[in-house]
Amino acid sequence: MPELKLPDIDYAALLPMLILFGAACVGVLIEGFVPRSVRNMVQLVLSLAAMVAALVFVIRRAGEVTAENAATIGGAIMIDNMGLFMEGALLVLGLVSLLLFGERTLERGGAFVPHAAVTVGSERDREQAVDSGATEVYPLALFSLGGMLMFVTANDLLTMFVALEVFSLPLYLMCALARRKRLLSQESALKYFLLGAYASAFFLFGVAMIYGFAKGVDFRAIHEAVRGSETSPTLLLIGLALVAIGLLFKIAAAPFHVWTPDVYQGAPTPVTAFMAACTKAAAFGALLRVLYVGFDGAKWHFTPVLGAVAVLTMLVGAVLAVTQTDLKRLLAYSSVANAGYLMVGLLGGNKDGLSSTLFYLVAYGFTVIAAFALVSLVRDADGEATHLSRWAGLGRRSPLFAGIFTFLLLAFAGIPLTSGFMAKFGVFGAAIAGDQTWLVIFGVLTSIVLAFPYLRVVVMMWLSEPGETTPSVSIPGVLTSAVLGIGTVATLLLGVLPGPLLELADQASSFIR
Amino acid sequence: MLTSLWLLIAIPFVSGGLLLLLGRRADRWGHWLGVLAPAVSFVLGLIAFVQLGGRSDKAVEQNLWSFIAVGDLKIDFGLLFDPLSGVFVLLITGVGSLIHLYAVGYMAHDERRRTFFGYFNIFVAAMLLLVLGNNYVMLYLGWEGVGLASYLLISFWFNRPSAATAGKKAFIMNRVGDAGFALAIFLLFKELGTVKYTGDGGVFESVGQLSQGTVLMVGILLLLGACGKSGQFPLQAWLPDAMEGPTPVSALIHAATMVTAGVYLIARSNPIFSANPTLQVIVVSVGAITLLIGCIIGAAKDDIKRVLAWSTVSQIGYMFLGVGLGGGAYALAIIHLLAHGFFKANMFLGAGSVMHGMQDQVDIRRFGGLSKHMKITWLTFMMGWLAIIGIPPLSGYFTKEPIIAAAFERGDWTSWLFGGAALLGAGLTAFYMTRLFVLTFHGPKRWTEGQHPHESPAIMWIPLVLLAIGSVVAGFLMKTSVVTWLNPVFEGVETAHHESVIPHSLINILGIAFTVIGAGLAWMLFQRGTALMPEPAGPVVTAARNNLYTDAFNEVVFEKPGRWLTRALVYVDNKGVDGLVNGLAALVGGGSGRLRRLQTGFVRSYALSMLAGGVLVLGALLAVRLG
Repeated sequence: MPELKLPDIDYAALLPMLILFGAACVGVLIEGFVPRSVRNMVQLVLSLAAMVAALVFVIRRAGEVTAENAATIGGAIMIDNMGLFMEGALLVLGLVSLLLFGERTLERGGAFVPHAAVTVGSERDREQAVDSGATEVYPLALFSLGGMLMFVTANDLLTMFVALEVFSLPLYLMCALARRKRLLSQESALKYFLLGAYASAFFLFGVAMIYGFAKGVDFRAIHEAVRGSETSPTLLLIGLALVAIGLLFKIAAAPFHVWTPDVYQGAPTPVTAFMAACTKAAAFGALLRVLYVGFDGAKWHFTPVLGAVAVLTMLVGAVLAVTQTDLKRLLAYSSVANAGYLMVGLLGGNKDGLSSTLFYLVAYGFTVIAAFALVSLVRDADGEATHLSRWAGLGRRSPLFAGIFTFLLLAFAGIPLTSGFMAKFGVFGAAIAGDQTWLVIFGVLTSIVLAFPYLRVVVMMWLSEPGETTPSVSIPGVLTSAVLGIGTVATLLLGVLPGPLLELADQASSFIR
Repeated sequence: MLTSLWLLIAIPFVSGGLLLLLGRRADRWGHWLGVLAPAVSFVLGLIAFVQLGGRSDKAVEQNLWSFIAVGDLKIDFGLLFDPLSGVFVLLITGVGSLIHLYAVGYMAHDERRRTFFGYFNIFVAAMLLLVLGNNYVMLYLGWEGVGLASYLLISFWFNRPSAATAGKKAFIMNRVGDAGFALAIFLLFKELGTVKYTGDGGVFESVGQLSQGTVLMVGILLLLGACGKSGQFPLQAWLPDAMEGPTPVSALIHAATMVTAGVYLIARSNPIFSANPTLQVIVVSVGAITLLIGCIIGAAKDDIKRVLAWSTVSQIGYMFLGVGLGGGAYALAIIHLLAHGFFKANMFLGAGSVMHGMQDQVDIRRFGGLSKHMKITWLTFMMGWLAIIGIPPLSGYFTKEPIIAAAFERGDWTSWLFGGAALLGAGLTAFYMTRLFVLTFHGPKRWTEGQHPHESPAIMWIPLVLLAIGSVVAGFLMKTSVVTWLNPVFEGVETAHHESVIPHSLINILGIAFTVIGAGLAWMLFQRGTALMPEPAGPVVTAARNNLYTDAFNEVVFEKPGRWLTRALVYVDNKGVDGLVNGLAALVGGGSGRLRRLQTGFVRSYALSMLAGGVLVLGALLAVRLG
């Protein structure tokens, strides 16, 4: 019997992930042992501390990456500069959105209920509606975030698949936890789960195909097989298409975006913010690695096809945003269109493409978290008032919050002096440098279309008279205020002084194969 | 201090920002913060000035950060402290501080005093940026900043329609000049690839590579900008209307500092203007025409502030004459500018003091005999009056006479033209300023009923006294010292020296004679007062009362066709452009409505669409390979 050789494990490099998973396990224990009255506080502090600690280790690792020490666990995980940047970005964005999870002043007991699966309208459901709320959501978020960290550093397709499931499963559950509009919440969770499982099947089938082609699933083997294999590339292309579909589902590219509006609308708003910022970043991190590290030799094959997907994504996102009447759905379609812009940068196919995509992910993440934080503030007796007509005249009632939201919308639209402008400028510039001008033309055209729904909200807030049904903006608690402040300041700063982050993204834009 | 020049700008900017952002919380102490900021900048500026004097290279440059970097266009947020910007910094912050102090008293009863000081500080910051920038874009940034502050302050009492209109008028006429300035910057960048003044192949070093036509074009466009900001012909009409603003604004912005920005622009760009003789003739002509227009209209106006405003227009005409003459006259124009900053600010504040004591009356026909009731105002105003008309040894004499003399030194027949205009202007200045002074402070009382003139509080007259001292001594102190000091800035300018067409001593005597005759004539005519209402007069006076019909001209030639053009464009916009845009929007909206139906809410149809997408992606990838 051959001797079993255990792979070396570099615990220092894995520490951020391990901290998150460990804290999540502790969080589960807390559910069992800590009294209810302080549970929320304990869980929140624990989660924040875990994230900060993980972030500290990511930063400490930053200067030490070399070609030798990047791969660990036998090459399953690759902590290179790019991976570290994505880990850091996910942790920062996750940290900010987690603050929203802890907000308890807007709603008695917070935005979540303890039991997701209880039949809506039943006795137990009515009981839990006034219950002090669930804190299971913290470990779930930590598991999910840990999975995302693993997702962006996975160095072979199987590890990537495992990570995909690790971060998706808690998300499905979190979607079902909304305190108000329970039915919508449950529906969104079920839809997300079914379609997510469906997309995972695509991904896994693709992995099998690629194994058939490359005789391996790690990216170096795939890379070498793409360059030098005698085998017919049909298997490779089928595999690439199927793997890509699995990832395109997560980034919400058309036509794999269909879940997005329903899920964004139904999920509790803090979870939506978490998904919009972190899931998108994680999925793009993985897609970048797959395409740049594994399949860069097949660039000429996939660029036109994924380009068509990008164009379709931008068109669908922008055009459908025009007729939306619900703010969360509007932001969902905006998120779809932004996936298209990110793909434009990604398909630039050069170092600029990489760094501009990274910048975009961070900039967009901050803006979108702040936007959803604001959505969670406009409420009436039935919870959040997300219908557009309810926002009419909000500028008169609460000029500060309407002003912030206006600023965020302008950032989405890409107006200069906001991070949105710098981000769009970066990805479009990279695409032009990579000879993908046609994508930029569609990008600019759809940006014009997309400006309409954004500005319509601005016009409604400021130029309409407040109606009888215009809700007032709740006074946010410390946590939501912090999120709003961080998101808005980041949106402004990255628009005015983008230099430091651009430089960081530039330094990070290298993979180790 | 020379290593942290940015503080000069940052202090008033931050203070102004605080005053505007803190809101009513700062109402009680805001004005003192407002006074403190320019005063601190003044002290720092003075330190920097002294330090610069101790250096041999006489120019300190600092690049703070990269302001714009797109392709070949690289503009630094850079500052330059040299003798020219040095004297401007001292003028802006020094006179500015005094006027801020005065405004504490003048605006005491205004409920928006804090806002006023906020705008005022922002103005000081922008003006400092204007003179401290080391490239044309920085200058433009400050230029637009002071334009904004000027607009906000002219229409500060915006509930008075006349003030609101005056603000708009100033803004629009300045846009004309600003557009010219912007085009000049574009042209410089296109031709030279840089907008920096000096260093690394800056504009001034490489201006020699340009063709004469280009230099002329750049110069005319810069001049257009300068005319707009400085109220020079043909863009002079906004400046007198700008007197609708509070009096400290008129003193600081529309007399001492902002309106001299045009002179600064030309003096700063001296290598460009010296490179083309035609250009210089144009500048001199603008100066000569404006100085005469200003005098003539000033002699026919009855509003105390408007007379002073037209006097400003006319005096800046002298400065333009100076910078246009080139050579040694650049420095003369600058010292006249500095002296003017003192005596005009002094007289504006004096006018404000008179208005303060006379319940905001501005008609000089309703003053008279105020010398007994407002002794300090009377004496300080007298210093300003003697200074501006050029009685030796007050400041105007030392700064205006050399410009007149320089105008006679052009070496050909134009000497007679421009020299004569300058000399005639001196006589007219003496006439209208004496008329103003006599009608206000001497002669019989012509007050409306219930007037009880009284001296202003100390916080208002202390700045007056300080400025009056400046009016008296500044000219003598500056006539050689500042000229020598400015040498490093203008030394590159070649001076084609011509003999004067008439001897200097004769010019000197003629100048004093014209002044005395003008002043004497006015004293005789007006010492017994004047009618309470304007009486019908000859064609010249009527024309002068109507601003020489320049407003009417603007209305017929620019406003009417402009209105027609807008109407035509609105029509095209409504029918053509909007039709196209609305059509496209309807298309998108309709498409959106149709597409929306695909979002059924059923998971089965979602899965189907994903499957279809998958088949398409797969098919396309294989097709790319086969194709």
